[in-house]
Amino acid sequence: MGFDNAYEAITEGTDDARWAFGTGFEDPLAGIDTTLPDGVDAAELATYCLGLGDDALIMSHRLQQWCTNLPELEEEVAIANIALDLLGQARLLLSRAAATSPGPGEDHLAFFRAEHEFRNVRLTEVENGDFGELIARLLVFSTWRLALFARLTEAADPVLVAIAAKGVKELTYHRDYAAQWAVRLGGGTAYSRERLAAGLDAVWPYVGELFVSGDAGGVAVDPATVREEFDGVLTQVLKAATIPVPEVPARPGVGGRYGRDGVHTEAMGYVLAELQSVARAHPDGVW
Amino acid sequence: MTAMATTTPAPTVDRISPAADAARRVAQTVTDPELPMLSLADLGVLRDVWVDDGRVVVVITPTYTGCPAMDTMRDDLVYTLRAAGYHDVEVRTTLHPPWSTDWISAEGKRKLAEYGIAPPGPAPSAVTGPVPLVLTPTVRRVDCPVCGSADTVELSRFSATACKALRRCRTCQEPFEHVKEI
Repeated sequence: MGFDNAYEAITEGTDDARWAFGTGFEDPLAGIDTTLPDGVDAAELATYCLGLGDDALIMSHRLQQWCTNLPELEEEVAIANIALDLLGQARLLLSRAAATSPGPGEDHLAFFRAEHEFRNVRLTEVENGDFGELIARLLVFSTWRLALFARLTEAADPVLVAIAAKGVKELTYHRDYAAQWAVRLGGGTAYSRERLAAGLDAVWPYVGELFVSGDAGGVAVDPATVREEFDGVLTQVLKAATIPVPEVPARPGVGGRYGRDGVHTEAMGYVLAELQSVARAHPDGVW
Repeated sequence: MTAMATTTPAPTVDRISPAADAARRVAQTVTDPELPMLSLADLGVLRDVWVDDGRVVVVITPTYTGCPAMDTMRDDLVYTLRAAGYHDVEVRTTLHPPWSTDWISAEGKRKLAEYGIAPPGPAPSAVTGPVPLVLTPTVRRVDCPVCGSADTVELSRFSATACKALRRCRTCQEPFEHVKEI
């Protein structure tokens, strides 16, 4: 049998008038066995994956906003690559959350949830600053996430284990990139030192929240258990950068509730407006 | 961690008959959308092919989590197999074990170099427990694919696709890409 092109070959028999290249395979977990193992609570697993997925989605969006604004072409390419890795992690984790619960699918989770339904930590959503702030945020985020993912490779859910094992390889060079820039900025000029220190001061109020155990700590790794590793890595990097560990008070949540509880900063609404506007304007759009 | 359930197929699965071999050979001709000189088999992305009651099942794995070429790879596999007469084709994804550059075949590495992209060396061995921090640029010997000189430097760990780093040769001055080891 012969087809003139790939489109004809794939649309045969489906008669989907909205078909566009690639859309036949929009589920990144297509063909993966998503059956829950015994003893794993579906709702808890969904909540856990949603938190980690939202972290990646919102952090990726903030990094994408840097495109065309970075100081050098190499940094443009680096940050775009890191944003792409995180978007990939977000898709898998949101798909995992979607496959676990009877709710809507991956795209719907990203584009049609309201602010209070997002579970990302506030560190990922706050307004972008300058390059010093970018490096500080990426250092804190990737150090924390790598420590978490390295432990998730022993989680009970095999899909989460597989996602984490791939993520560890990516987060390792994200963290090395941020750490090496921190050392360079810290050991550079008085101005570069000042900017890195200011960036660290800006993100530090959101560090404590990263280690709050939350509701779904039982299903996989409790974030409280990675605090020691995080502190050790940050101490090592900041010592090499000759910058003191910031002493800035934590930004309080609302009644003890933080990003993981759906309580966000003022910046979050603006992030979502940009992230979701096209999908909301064309709710039946397929791409 | 054992392999995921998708790679533990039903007893009707056939990997060894001439028919399964023929389907596998067709799947092995499909090339990578970004590195067209490499087949998905050379790249280590094609993990398994079997026939199950007339259906061809192909298993692939992403190189990087965010790899935007996955959809195109699936399309190309379905298209190529259908064009070869296999009407019932299913492409499955597996995430475990995670892809490593060690899975690029010797032939694949040779083709990369021939195309002007420095092939990866041995991947770093997997660590259990905390991942060690690297504060200095990684120094590794990568030969220039243009002139063969070993005197090359890394310009950036990141390049035009997720899987490559950017380097420059200090002998012939040419910049080139290097498939970074993961």
